[in-house]
Amino acid sequence: MSKNPLMRTWNWIDNRIGYSDYIVPLMVHLVPDSARWWYIFGSATLCAFMVQVFTGVCLAMAYVPGGEKTYESLVYITNTAPLGNLLRGMHYYGASAMVMLAVIHMIQVYMHATYKYPREMNWMSGVVLLFVVLGMAFTGQLLRWDANGVWSVTVAAEMAGRTPIIGPTIAHFIMGGETVGGSTITRFFAMHVFIMPAIIFAGIGLHMLLIMRHGISEMPDANDPVDPETYKEKYEERINKTGVPFWPDAMWRDMIFSTIIVGIILGCSLFLGPPTLDPPPNPSSINANPLPDWYFLWYFAVLSLLPPKLETWVILGVPILGFLGLFFLPMISNKGHRAPSKRPWAGGTVIFGSVAFLVLTIYGYKKPWSPDFGVKELPASVVGTDQGPLMEGAKLMHIKGCLYCHDISGYGGHRGPELTEIGKLLTRDDLIIRINNGGHNMPAFASSISSDELHLIVDFLLTRGVDQDQPILNGDSP
Amino acid sequence: MTSDQPTNETPCCQQQQRRTFLARLSIALSAVIGVIIALPGIGFVLAPVFRKPKQKWRKVGKLEDFKVGGFVLVQYEDSSSVPWAGITAKEGAWIRRASETEFIAFSINCRHLGCPVRWVDDPRLFMCPCHGGVYYEDGTVAAGPPPEPLQRLNVRINNGQVEIESGPTPLTLTKIT
Repeated sequence: MSKNPLMRTWNWIDNRIGYSDYIVPLMVHLVPDSARWWYIFGSATLCAFMVQVFTGVCLAMAYVPGGEKTYESLVYITNTAPLGNLLRGMHYYGASAMVMLAVIHMIQVYMHATYKYPREMNWMSGVVLLFVVLGMAFTGQLLRWDANGVWSVTVAAEMAGRTPIIGPTIAHFIMGGETVGGSTITRFFAMHVFIMPAIIFAGIGLHMLLIMRHGISEMPDANDPVDPETYKEKYEERINKTGVPFWPDAMWRDMIFSTIIVGIILGCSLFLGPPTLDPPPNPSSINANPLPDWYFLWYFAVLSLLPPKLETWVILGVPILGFLGLFFLPMISNKGHRAPSKRPWAGGTVIFGSVAFLVLTIYGYKKPWSPDFGVKELPASVVGTDQGPLMEGAKLMHIKGCLYCHDISGYGGHRGPELTEIGKLLTRDDLIIRINNGGHNMPAFASSISSDELHLIVDFLLTRGVDQDQPILNGDSP
Repeated sequence: MTSDQPTNETPCCQQQQRRTFLARLSIALSAVIGVIIALPGIGFVLAPVFRKPKQKWRKVGKLEDFKVGGFVLVQYEDSSSVPWAGITAKEGAWIRRASETEFIAFSINCRHLGCPVRWVDDPRLFMCPCHGGVYYEDGTVAAGPPPEPLQRLNVRINNGQVEIESGPTPLTLTKIT
């Protein structure tokens, strides 16, 4: 019996709760000595989840899920509550970190084919977790109940509404009624703080249980493909010979990386702050510019690029096929080579996916498919004069919305072709026909433009790209 | 030995039968408990799905407030708001007095994915900020991805007040061919 009273107390507790009997063996279970820096992403995802749980619970103490009070409570958390701004920021950047780390963790597992025998269910539970995490990210964006949040639910409901037959039912279930309003926010709150976290807790429990049951995978060996007949025996033998205890021989790397991640989350929150709140959630306010958070922006871009016939199938197919494809991956291939050098298609898939994600995300930020409502009038330096019919034509380009979609010398949107040199390319008749009749993705203006206005615009456009030193025609438009 | 067998077997089988019975009883009662807990909850959560869509006439302004010309944005309370909705119970519509007696109104939801369309007066077009859908003033698609024209809303004049029929958010449905 120890004389140290602290030790005696601990022994009493340990005897009752069984820490040494149950938890210590889990902590010191043997892991392959090759399990080094590649293995840090899973634990870092868990760490980011802990940040989310803790900051989320704190935010819930001041958050009011209902009507305009929600927005007021967000403003209070952001501007008034002590450390509220910091917590909101940490929750926001923690969400980004969690999504990012979960995807990196998945890519690492995929590249090392850890999903093969006997770890198929580790992968499957991970895929379910990933989709619930994405669901958390999405519902979380809506809990930021500002104009953007309101319109994001509308977009989600419209997307769900495209499902054949049961579409309206799902859409009304999401909105909690027939329109986005008070019952939507309470519904999303319950999903975000009760239902999905419960699924995540249970999923993490299963995921960890499976890790303990099958052991952490060793680094792939190009000369040693997985054979379900012999794998377990070989793994046991190897781990007993060369394995090291998880605590502390392997875990210190996880701790270093997780510390860096939490540091980055804190740093982003301190220096960048939480995302600014849009105007209040008034569903009748049209001055919203709905845009999803960065991890969904690629999909937003995809939806603008689709031919209309494919649209519904992609809206529904990408999430469903994406889930099924990933979920059943280990069922399609659960043996054979694990080494990336022997699996060129796996490497190709990851590179293709990453590049597509990057390109579409950049495209999503630029939104070249959308009219640019904030575009400015063409300055005299571009027009070549500050008065006369030429300037009137240039002003009409702005008034009639042409510049929303067409760029002239760096001024204007990017929906339609650039018109900087259009005077060299099209004749007067071509221009008149195109403006009057419209064309591919261009509205017909015949009914909303007078003959005089049309000719002023055409006269102006005919000077674009043509040598500016030539005498400018004044007032002789027909 | 042989004479003992029936006496030995009977309590064993009785024990076995008793266990089987208790196991089934427990499973059945678990199911009953589960149903009692879950059913009211499921009904509560799914109720909005089965509610019949409500349509209500909402006042949006006096007749003399509207001048013949372009579209103006009007706000009114949606037809099925909850008591705590506050500002989120608002709904919007684009309304135009086409002549002394004729009004035209459209839902502000783009028929591509529901984003709010903006009326731009000079080119006389509705434009959507999300994926660049454009509509003419009669609501038909001028450009971009929307598969359908803007949703028309019913308008009436009642005692000198202009009223709009408020209803569910228009959903673009997949046509089964």
